[in-house]
Amino acid sequence: MDGKIISIQVAIIGGGPAGIEAASILSRYGVQVSLFEGESKWAHNIGNKFKLFPDFSSADELVQTLSQKIVENQIPAYLSTKIVALEKQKNAWVLTDEQGRSYVADTVLLATGYDIFDAKRKEELGYGIYNGVMTSVDLEAMLKTGKITNVLGEQPQCVTFLQCVGSRDEKIGNHYCSKVCCVTAVKQAIEVKKMSPQTDVFVFYMDLRMWGQGFEELYREAQEKYSIRFVRGRISEAASTFDDRVQIKAEDTLVGQPLKMSTDLLVLMVGMEASCGTKKLAACCGIDGEYGFALSKQPHLADNQTAQRGLFVAGACKRPMSISDAINDARAAATEIVEYLKIVPANKK
Amino acid sequence: MDFGFTISKPRSIEPTEAGKEQLRLLEEQVPTFRRCMNCGGCTATCSAGHFINFNIRKVHNLYRWGQYKELDEELQKCMLCGKCTLVCPRGVNLRSLIIHLRKALNKDHLSNDFQHFIRNNNR
Ligand SMILES: Cc1cc2nc3c(=O)[nH]c(=O)nc-3n(C[C@H](O)[C@H](O)[C@H](O)COP(=O)(O)OP(=O)(O)OC[C@H]3O[C@@H](n4cnc5c(N)ncnc54)[C@H](O)[C@@H]3O)c2cc1C
Ligand code: SF4
Ligand code: SF4
Ligand code: SF4
Repeated sequence: MDGKIISIQVAIIGGGPAGIEAASILSRYGVQVSLFEGESKWAHNIGNKFKLFPDFSSADELVQTLSQKIVENQIPAYLSTKIVALEKQKNAWVLTDEQGRSYVADTVLLATGYDIFDAKRKEELGYGIYNGVMTSVDLEAMLKTGKITNVLGEQPQCVTFLQCVGSRDEKIGNHYCSKVCCVTAVKQAIEVKKMSPQTDVFVFYMDLRMWGQGFEELYREAQEKYSIRFVRGRISEAASTFDDRVQIKAEDTLVGQPLKMSTDLLVLMVGMEASCGTKKLAACCGIDGEYGFALSKQPHLADNQTAQRGLFVAGACKRPMSISDAINDARAAATEIVEYLKIVPANKK
Repeated sequence: MDFGFTISKPRSIEPTEAGKEQLRLLEEQVPTFRRCMNCGGCTATCSAGHFINFNIRKVHNLYRWGQYKELDEELQKCMLCGKCTLVCPRGVNLRSLIIHLRKALNKDHLSNDFQHFIRNNNR
């Protein structure tokens, strides 16, 4: 790269499932693509999980399969290359990375995905203050160790999940639903019960959104087979007890009574927000939509196109979505890009 | 009877281990109870509830939390007609549940007939 400007047909920003899938499809169509990922690993937003809904398949295996696609298709792919600026110059897009290197591309696919909500912003829930409070992503790391423990390293008596942390909450400015956390809580609750059958598991919810195939059945199984308790009500306060457990306050809105109980672990189901990269790059080229997510041209027929010619979007940079949603969306984007490259002669883009 | 809301008495639910144990027992006796998703279908169709203030869904929820106060009297309002069982979308055997609840809450309330029913309807 030594200072030269690299010229590319299609630049794909973001090496998550969406970016990798689009890159591999496009390269199989004979399109010359380059893939840029800001982190040092591919699909780190998958690699930090243990097992995935809906089928409890291994997250590490999915990352491996995706990485393999990059190798098999010999895609020029750059890790630790965060793109910090994107602008249209004449008929090309100019990308600039953190090190100041520039790349010129005919076409760009934005696949910069999401970051989790910073749970510290909900101070009343005590994340970063009380040892027993963790996020759903922290719990994935614990599940990877194969053992569920409380802060003393013992088997927990009780694990409690709280839905909608950082989503559906005017107080932090996110009115939307993050879509994946309801089923993730059901999945994680089952995993906790499998690893620690003696533990009481509670899930506090406002609505349970079991939108996908098999999700409702999984919820039913969580109740029937694992005795997981689903309580309708939002935990609005957490405090520490003398023995380093977490005391929570909620209302069981279905009996109309306030509730006070202590739990070893309180797991916050953090929502999906537009990633820093998504916010920044979408704003750079005027396609920033609500909450900083990237805005497509039209939701039904042009959901991968944007207001800018030659700039496409795919995956969770647009809105919260699951992996299969993101991968399907990336395939759709690849089709759009192939069409676009066909109808726009090389000298007129 | 005043069932439900009072202003003067604080009624914060604080689950106890004993209460959890009671629930575990009940769930073993009536495993379908675990599947309840609180839709309220049972209450809506309840024969007794059409004439008097009686909310069967709320009763079994209070039991879940170990809130037994006045529950046995409340349960006497049920006529064991079984309509609730017929409508439940999650297949909860409410009739059996109610009988087991009565039994757990106050054995004196059970006639021989009911005890026979329990023996023959263990699920
Ligand atoms: C707790 C939790 C559990 C989940 N569990 C599941 C599950 O079990 N099953 C499921 O289907 N889905 C699950 N999801 C959702 C899943 O993580 C997403 O659907 C998926 O990661 C979206 O893929 P993506 O490629 O669109 O975005 P991402 O995976 O976020 O990938 C985007 C990539 O772009 C990179 N990037 C961002 N900005 C830049 C930049 N400026 N330059 C270069 N690179 C950049 C990022 O580093 C990132 O690697 C879960 C989500 C959460 C929060
Ligand atoms: S998916 Fe469920 S937990 Fe997540 S924001 Fe939506 S309702 Fe809340
Ligand atoms: S009808 Fe069934 S699922 Fe609905 S509240 Fe009653 S017992 Fe629960
Ligand atoms: S069995 Fe009892 S609770 Fe069920 S509908 Fe009849 S009276 Fe109501």
